Amino acid sequence: MGSERRGLSFYILAVLFAVFVLFLYGPIATIVVLSFQGPNGGLTFPMNGVSLHWFHALFQQQMVGDFGGAVTRSLILALMVMVANVVLAVAGGMAFRRRFRGATLLFYLVIASLIVPSLLVSLGIGLFFSQIGIDPAWYSSAFGAQLTWTLPFGLLIMFAVFNRFNKSWEEAARDLGAGPWRSFFHVVLPIILPGVVGIALFGFSLSYDEFPRTMMTAGDSNTLPLEVFAMTANVTTPVIYALGTLTTAFSAIIIVGALTTMAILRKRRLARAI
Amino acid sequence: MSVTTTSSGRLKRRTEGASPLGSWLLAGPMTLVLAIFLVIPILMLIVVSFLDYNSVQILWSFVIQNYIDALSSGTTYKTFAVTIEYAVITWLITVTVGFWIAYFLAFEVRSTTWQMALFLLCSVPFLTSNIIRTISWIPALGRNGIVNTLLLHLHVIHQPLTFLLYSKFAIILAFVHLDTLFMITPIFNSMMRIDRTLIEAARDNGAGFWRTISNVILPLSKSGIGIGTIFVITLVMGDFVSVSIMGGGQSASVGIMIQNEISLLQYPAAAANSVILLAIVLIMVFLILRVIDIRKEL
Repeated sequence: MGSERRGLSFYILAVLFAVFVLFLYGPIATIVVLSFQGPNGGLTFPMNGVSLHWFHALFQQQMVGDFGGAVTRSLILALMVMVANVVLAVAGGMAFRRRFRGATLLFYLVIASLIVPSLLVSLGIGLFFSQIGIDPAWYSSAFGAQLTWTLPFGLLIMFAVFNRFNKSWEEAARDLGAGPWRSFFHVVLPIILPGVVGIALFGFSLSYDEFPRTMMTAGDSNTLPLEVFAMTANVTTPVIYALGTLTTAFSAIIIVGALTTMAILRKRRLARAI
Repeated sequence: MSVTTTSSGRLKRRTEGASPLGSWLLAGPMTLVLAIFLVIPILMLIVVSFLDYNSVQILWSFVIQNYIDALSSGTTYKTFAVTIEYAVITWLITVTVGFWIAYFLAFEVRSTTWQMALFLLCSVPFLTSNIIRTISWIPALGRNGIVNTLLLHLHVIHQPLTFLLYSKFAIILAFVHLDTLFMITPIFNSMMRIDRTLIEAARDNGAGFWRTISNVILPLSKSGIGIGTIFVITLVMGDFVSVSIMGGGQSASVGIMIQNEISLLQYPAAAANSVILLAIVLIMVFLILRVIDIRKEL
């Protein structure tokens, strides 16, 4: 391994990759720095002193809407979507391991859910709820709207997991007399657990940041992304960068936490296998 | 299904699998969610697009006026044309960048650990807020932004460039920034399935770098490129966040047109434009699916 000399193509593409990563992370890094602007600082460089002023300002009730409420609603909604996404996607993934009538149709429905533009899903659900006389709300219509975005990712992760799944473990459990529930919870689930954590991560993060599908479906009470979008139109101070820094830091903690959990679960399984 | 204890009974159950009822009990909840929150709403959109309206509400009488209004207005055509232009330019950039990034990860990086680590590095931003990622370009591109300051400092330019922000350039930049990952992932996925011995065989037969790419790697990553294309095109065509932030309220797109009609409570007009948008997107997807088979990728 690695004895072959690296060609020129490696170095050129490595530079391209580095530039691409810089392009991905550079802008967010600048707003993190700018969120520590001094009290008289503006939206661009130069830094006018360094302070936590804008983070303080964020928590003062000077914003357009009800900021604390929006954060709370977004967190609860993200947890709801996470749990529902895990349960439905794992069950769906189990179903797709066998042929069943309508499987192809359901598969195309899941794919359609990914490719129908979010704005249309949002508008359609909004119209549907208003026509049947139910007020849209973040915990009902927005919850369903977000699931149409997170479920396809969940199911695709399950497909990837079951592609590498060795069925003989499960058969062994059955032969030893375990029923379907027992073989699922004692054999299948521990094996697919890293994938399940991945599905939970997708459900939580995508819901927490989802804007277009929530726009027409959240009803009267805003979620965090709706507040943030409203702020982009009428806030002209670094307060918006402070908010960006905090949400990004929060997402980063969730992602790193989930990835670490997945790595630990995998390692533990490997250790047990030996 | 009753519990069978004989060995033949158990064997039979295993080969037949669970009952179809079992499969549907498992797939049922997911199907129900998609039925209520995807199928019915889209049908609703189609129904409402044929309804009349006045300034306060939707009227339940069948008309095709909404489509006549949409299709007889020059603005509609211009808006769809500019949105398709965004999609095509974004596609050209993301497919080029996405292909080479995926190629680098799949073939030039040799250790699996590094492959996964670098791939994660590219995909983490996907799980953070799109709105925040879009506004984070403002300090770089503004009139007094980093790019202008730097170029002025280096005497490359003498006046700040004004096309950087609130322009077509800024919109495309945001799309590339947000959506390239949707190109990288499926292409990387197909490339990882390419049998490495095929590449050795190509090299042994005298194929150089470019020939191996054009005759072996490109054809075998076709379905990944197709899936990435579907993602990028549908994301750009349906967007309105990036265009409204990066266009600075000046630029048009189908998403913004629909959003404006919604805010004026002209729901049937918004629905008609949505149905036209959906039709265009589905035709594009259908054309792509004629070239590739996505089920092969799973």
